[in-house]
Amino acid sequence: MSTSIRIRKGLDIRLKGEAEKVLVQADPAKVIAIKPTDFHGLVPKVLVKPGAKVKAGDPLFADKYNDRILFTSPVSGEVEDVVRGDKRKVLEVRVIADPTIAYEDFGVGDPSTMNRETVVQKLLKSGVWPVIRQRPFDLVADPAKEPKSIFVSCFDTNPLAPDLDYIVHNHVNEFQTGLNALAKLTKGKVNIVVNSNTAAREFLDAKNVVRQTVDGPHPAGNVGVQIHHLDPINKGEQVWVASVQDVMMIGRLFLTGKYDATRIVAVTGSEAKNPKYFRTLIGTPVKDLLGLVDPHTRVVNGNPLTGERIGQDGSLGFYHTQITLLPEGDEPKFFITDGWASPGFDKFSANHSYPTWLMPGKKFTLDTNQNGEPRAFVMTGQYEKVFPFDIYPVQLIKSILANDIDQMEKLGLYEVAPEDFALCEFVCTSKINSQSIVREGLDSLKKETT
Amino acid sequence: MKALRKLVDSIAPTFAKDGKLGKLHFVFDGLETFLFTPGHATVKGAHIRDSIDLKRTMSIVITAMVPCLLFGMWNVGHQHYLALGEFLGMGDGFWDKFIFGAIKVLPIVVVSYGVGLGIEFLFTTIKGHPIQEGYLVSGMLIPLVMPVDTPLWMVAVGAAFAVVIGKEVFGGTGMNILNVALTARAFLFFAYPTMMSGDKVWVNTDVEQGQQVVDGFSGATSLGYAATGNVDKITSIADSFWGIEAGSIGETSVFACLLGALVLLITGIGSWRIMLSVLLGGLAMTGIFNLVGPGLNNEYMQIPMLHQLMLGSFFFGLVFMATDPVTASQTNTGKWIYGFLIGVMAILIRVVNPAYPEGMMLAILFMNVMAPLIDHYVVQANIKRRLKRTALVTA
Repeated sequence: MSTSIRIRKGLDIRLKGEAEKVLVQADPAKVIAIKPTDFHGLVPKVLVKPGAKVKAGDPLFADKYNDRILFTSPVSGEVEDVVRGDKRKVLEVRVIADPTIAYEDFGVGDPSTMNRETVVQKLLKSGVWPVIRQRPFDLVADPAKEPKSIFVSCFDTNPLAPDLDYIVHNHVNEFQTGLNALAKLTKGKVNIVVNSNTAAREFLDAKNVVRQTVDGPHPAGNVGVQIHHLDPINKGEQVWVASVQDVMMIGRLFLTGKYDATRIVAVTGSEAKNPKYFRTLIGTPVKDLLGLVDPHTRVVNGNPLTGERIGQDGSLGFYHTQITLLPEGDEPKFFITDGWASPGFDKFSANHSYPTWLMPGKKFTLDTNQNGEPRAFVMTGQYEKVFPFDIYPVQLIKSILANDIDQMEKLGLYEVAPEDFALCEFVCTSKINSQSIVREGLDSLKKETT
Repeated sequence: MKALRKLVDSIAPTFAKDGKLGKLHFVFDGLETFLFTPGHATVKGAHIRDSIDLKRTMSIVITAMVPCLLFGMWNVGHQHYLALGEFLGMGDGFWDKFIFGAIKVLPIVVVSYGVGLGIEFLFTTIKGHPIQEGYLVSGMLIPLVMPVDTPLWMVAVGAAFAVVIGKEVFGGTGMNILNVALTARAFLFFAYPTMMSGDKVWVNTDVEQGQQVVDGFSGATSLGYAATGNVDKITSIADSFWGIEAGSIGETSVFACLLGALVLLITGIGSWRIMLSVLLGGLAMTGIFNLVGPGLNNEYMQIPMLHQLMLGSFFFGLVFMATDPVTASQTNTGKWIYGFLIGVMAILIRVVNPAYPEGMMLAILFMNVMAPLIDHYVVQANIKRRLKRTALVTA
């Protein structure tokens, strides 16, 4: 039973620096870094010591509170270091890569013929499991639970997002095998959600799934929005999600028996010298992909709305398939020439307070300036215009600020993830950081309910 | 620019929190951020942000009020000269009228801003929080809703009351329950009724040597006439639309208010839901009065719908006061209810309650108080929908 939905609320932020559809094979990385900080709420138990030899697929660390969940090395080589920060928090585990990767063998097999437990075991052992995330709380899924359904969003509407049609192209086997494996994890449906513009046969001909169609501006591609409209989460329920590239990675595990952590990464942003797609591995230093970057540039793992700021020495995150380079905006702006009273022919705004709304095709270079100072909530109705949920966003945020657990639950916190609030945060006149507020709310709700 | 920036940077250490004049840090901060949007790059969350900020928002609202202000200046002069029997033609003595009005109005604007902002800076310094832009709009609204003959000391008292009791005691901009400018007006209205209502305050009748007020001049507003049973003396619909009548400084011209509404609606800063629903509420109530008026033999109720709405401050309140996002309902559904009831109540008070010739101020203030309640029920309905869904699943 497939449905077709059109989302009306939302906003497409038109930025310069979309990736050209050219796929470059990146040089093999010399050192890769796997970061426990990519997994929110994870307390890692490090399983290797510096100097240890590992193969690709050997565990580097595990979840301290659920030690079936392993995080494994994408390359074979020697553990260089376990980098720790304040209070000995593990920041990254670095592995010096062999010139050719030796893989741990997890065995080839068709997931359709396996039972659920075998599929789960295989995903856990190989370290592919963490690609499956759960809602509510937006965390790595708990293998002991069973979700009511699984969602895979097959289009990304974030600014400058990679084109998933292009990425999945010619990977029909991987994608389908991955879906077959996911189908074993739930008694409910596996939903793949496409945009009606898609031409990718990989999506359109996918079997063993229910295909749903969602159209509209960003955040129509956010899996949280799709779940809300197609199979909303109630208290006590779980829905699992995985991205297209994650499904492909699951597929490769079953097809080849290897933990193949290949990612196709779009390098984007107005500061990217030649924005393109790169084939590389999780944990690769971004320097390898970007070359020399102007020091006054912000390097973001992910997209400009939800990504994580990393330095130029940072490395590709576990979930990220996009790197964005933005001009740093730490210069004061004189109010008449380019501040709040300027005509602003190059300023992007969701409402019509700058004349650029009359230029619908124009693409913008946005820097990282906050464009104003934090204020109390004054304007109303702004969030609602970009928040396609039957949820009151401002009221939800206020209940989190007041730490009113009961009210957060009632107002629908189970159905949202921080990324769903990214546009609210973008349009906010009062510059309120709603993504981190929602994350705090989810954390305290989780603490309270478990 | 660079020289200015250098100057600001050179004096900044003096005003740093631990500097020589550290107590004035937030005063300095307020002025500095007025000149320069600070070079604060995003730290967490979205790396890029919309170009809008509260300063831009407020400056657009002020722009929207400019037609009302300019027209008000001219009308103050026009009414004055009409009372003296000079420059009777519409186009006659344009500059005389405008300059006369400006001389009367600008001091009120200056006092309103001076007192209000002064108190804001004081609170900023005492409470140690950065100054917020809310008063930029209130400071302009207050003069526009004052009768021209309001003494300056009264403007100062009203502005001070509004900022301290209306806003700062609740925690400042964004936290107030009542519309700040209307708090000022309501306070003065009840504290000094003789100087804020009646027939004597709307038109300036100061005479110089050789001038005198013409015979039969009354100075009453249309609503003043109507409230005393002289419905036949109210201004024509055209004069009401253009605003050529006695009244508070900025409220008389429906046309100027509509220009302001246009600015607010195009930029998306004023809520169209509130504006439309206030209008619908007003139309509904006048419609009802039109229907029952003949039976009750009440002339006031029989004023045609549009004419009734164009009198008094209905449109000014609709465009600039009801839409204040802080004190209005915050949910979209709530805005419809809130606005509609303002429209209904404004006309109801105006026509039925003889104590108050105009009901807009009281209607808005009353609904300001009710807005959180409306929102509460709207949000509860959302919560119930969600609970119902859960019940279906578990059943």
